[in-house]
Amino acid sequence: MSAGGGGNDVQWCFSQVKGAIDDDVAEADIISTVEFNHSGELLATGDKGGRVVIFQQETENKSQPQCRSEYNVYSTFQSHEPEFDYLKSLEIEEKINKIRWLPQKNAAQFLLSTNDKTIKLWKISERDKRPEGYNLKEEDGRYRDAATITTLRVPVFRPMDLMVEASPRRVFVNGHTYHINSISVNSDNETYLSADDLRINLWHLEITDRSFNVVDIKPANMEELTEVITAAEFHPHQCNTFVYSSSKGTIRLCDMRASALCDKHSKLFEEPEDPSNRSFFSEIISSISDVKFSHNGRYMMTRDYLSVKIWDLNMENRPVETYQVHEYLRSKLCSLYENDCIFDKFECCWNGNDSVVMTGSYNNFFRMLDRSQRRDVTLEASRESCKARQVLKPRRVCAGGKRKKDEISVDSLDFNKKILHTAWHPQENIIAVATTNNLYIFQEKVN
Amino acid sequence: MINTMECAVDAQSLISISLRKIHNSRTQRGGIKLHKNLLVSYVLRNARQVYMNEKYAEIYRMQQYEEVMTVCNEIQELNPLDLVEDCEEQTGDCCGSANESASLCGALLPVSHQVPSVHHIQPSSACSVPLALQSEEVCKSPDPSFYRSCCAEPYPVSNCDFSPVNNMHCNKTTVLDLDTHVVTTVENGYLHQDCCASLQQCYQGAQSPAKKRKLDFGYYVSEIEEVPDFTPCKRAKFEDSSYACTEPLDTSNISNLISIFGSGFTGLVSRQADLEQALNGQFCSKQALASLGAWTRAIVAF
Repeated sequence: MSAGGGGNDVQWCFSQVKGAIDDDVAEADIISTVEFNHSGELLATGDKGGRVVIFQQETENKSQPQCRSEYNVYSTFQSHEPEFDYLKSLEIEEKINKIRWLPQKNAAQFLLSTNDKTIKLWKISERDKRPEGYNLKEEDGRYRDAATITTLRVPVFRPMDLMVEASPRRVFVNGHTYHINSISVNSDNETYLSADDLRINLWHLEITDRSFNVVDIKPANMEELTEVITAAEFHPHQCNTFVYSSSKGTIRLCDMRASALCDKHSKLFEEPEDPSNRSFFSEIISSISDVKFSHNGRYMMTRDYLSVKIWDLNMENRPVETYQVHEYLRSKLCSLYENDCIFDKFECCWNGNDSVVMTGSYNNFFRMLDRSQRRDVTLEASRESCKARQVLKPRRVCAGGKRKKDEISVDSLDFNKKILHTAWHPQENIIAVATTNNLYIFQEKVN
Repeated sequence: MINTMECAVDAQSLISISLRKIHNSRTQRGGIKLHKNLLVSYVLRNARQVYMNEKYAEIYRMQQYEEVMTVCNEIQELNPLDLVEDCEEQTGDCCGSANESASLCGALLPVSHQVPSVHHIQPSSACSVPLALQSEEVCKSPDPSFYRSCCAEPYPVSNCDFSPVNNMHCNKTTVLDLDTHVVTTVENGYLHQDCCASLQQCYQGAQSPAKKRKLDFGYYVSEIEEVPDFTPCKRAKFEDSSYACTEPLDTSNISNLISIFGSGFTGLVSRQADLEQALNGQFCSKQALASLGAWTRAIVAF
């Protein structure tokens, strides 16, 4: 298996697709988050209906190396239910905003899932044997009449069909007044942070009845509000460091050793706005929708509406790399504002060795941006290219002028088909791409 | 699909669209999204600034043209020696007459003596010229119902003085703090500051912004231009706001916020004329421009 490098000499081919085929999408089935666990063996998705579905990679069939291992459903459970806040007369959506896996410590797997208000720690464990031969109980659980017992035996474990159980071990409530947009597990494996529009809280995984507020950007007078927190993440190795992005296009790095309240940032990453690009929508398109540290912890990536930026943690005044995701949309911002697409929050992800980054776009397109070779490619997740091991063909969008063969014009793009959530296997070239209600899994072509 | 024709990027339609989004967000599942509404309020501000700049530039151009024509006509008729006497008499009385000599008077008097002062954007020496016409507009006694529409105050109107003599522009906004559940009513202050701040390059002199705003609408209302097609949902909004205004305004947080939005539309109700026109987005957005500061603050107050 390759170490997850090279976006463009890699050829991607279709592996699997999960989800309903019909075009009539039930709202509850809309995928809202996708996340591989630390080994890549498990792939979790959350949807708008509050469900979590976990897929497990089958152990590889050594006799058929070209048949790459597949992901099959491992566990499905209802994580969150809709709630009603009677005090504020507000309904709380059950939609899963984020899933984050904990590093595995024992046989069981743990993940955090969150909706707008409540975070839950789930334990996913396997049961493949059960005890049999109790003396005082029948097999169905009824108690035996003690008078009928004449002999004693030792109960034994007998194999049974594998059962995967998900149970909520912790429920972290009442930590947030505003809508939670991020959760991030600390490298210390004991704490995690959760961020809403105005505050970031630090929790201990064992303690549910209190949390520490580490960032609070709520102004004394709400009329003075100018920005909100859009995403937050812990540094992958430094347990005292985290970053949070804002709707104004800035990223703040905070060091929890400096003070208990990290309202004052240690570093502020901001690129000055290009005045020639100023428009009615400048504030919207500069709002950062996702921030992700690289695996090596030296860089971070941010996604705003039109671009992906790579920042060196040691340089605050500008990103080291900027990639245009779909620059052809810049002239369409007004229409995208009218149909609300301009508010779409695209995520981004790194590959295993930080050489390639990936993010989604419209028309079920997604983009692979190779940092080392400075090349990019646009691919499509569609039912048309769903034959086993079919290689994905690069797609091209024609911004204007004469449309070449095989190009698609901007006005033909389907803005209802958007890829907001993508995930990359931590070690291999396997990617999971979520369209509205389908999950596509692509793998590197093996010759 | 995106329309192949570029959608109207004019400020006015953007304002209408933005207001509609804010209104719709009230009924969305999951509660009001602070982030989205904040971004929409930025678009509102940008659109308003452009709209105001365009309008003032237009006023200036038009008035400059008219003044030039008027002056030319006057020069042809009047004896130059009579001009100075006329002006001295009419210095304190430019409000009274709407005749041509007043406008000439305005043209000759220095800027600081002018009564109202919506100043143009370009600081050219001809700035005194358009002011005379504006002074006439301002000095007209304003329609009280007109003020009510400008004021972003929860219904019913209580202690706000709308008289032009008083010249106070009373503004109240109700803010709900989601953390402490405290409802705060903020009076005065920020609304007119907000208006001033964005247009301070335009304004000179210590002119009450209430008058300026009055001027805007006094001038604009008479000139409804071509109307952008507004979606049918506007009618529903009108009905909704009528309903909202009848809700009790005590401690109920949401009803206060609704009333903030409702009061902007109440202004449409109180205008006896043009109720039909009130339902059209163009008119509504013009009305809303006056209270835009309150709107954006109210939005952000969630």
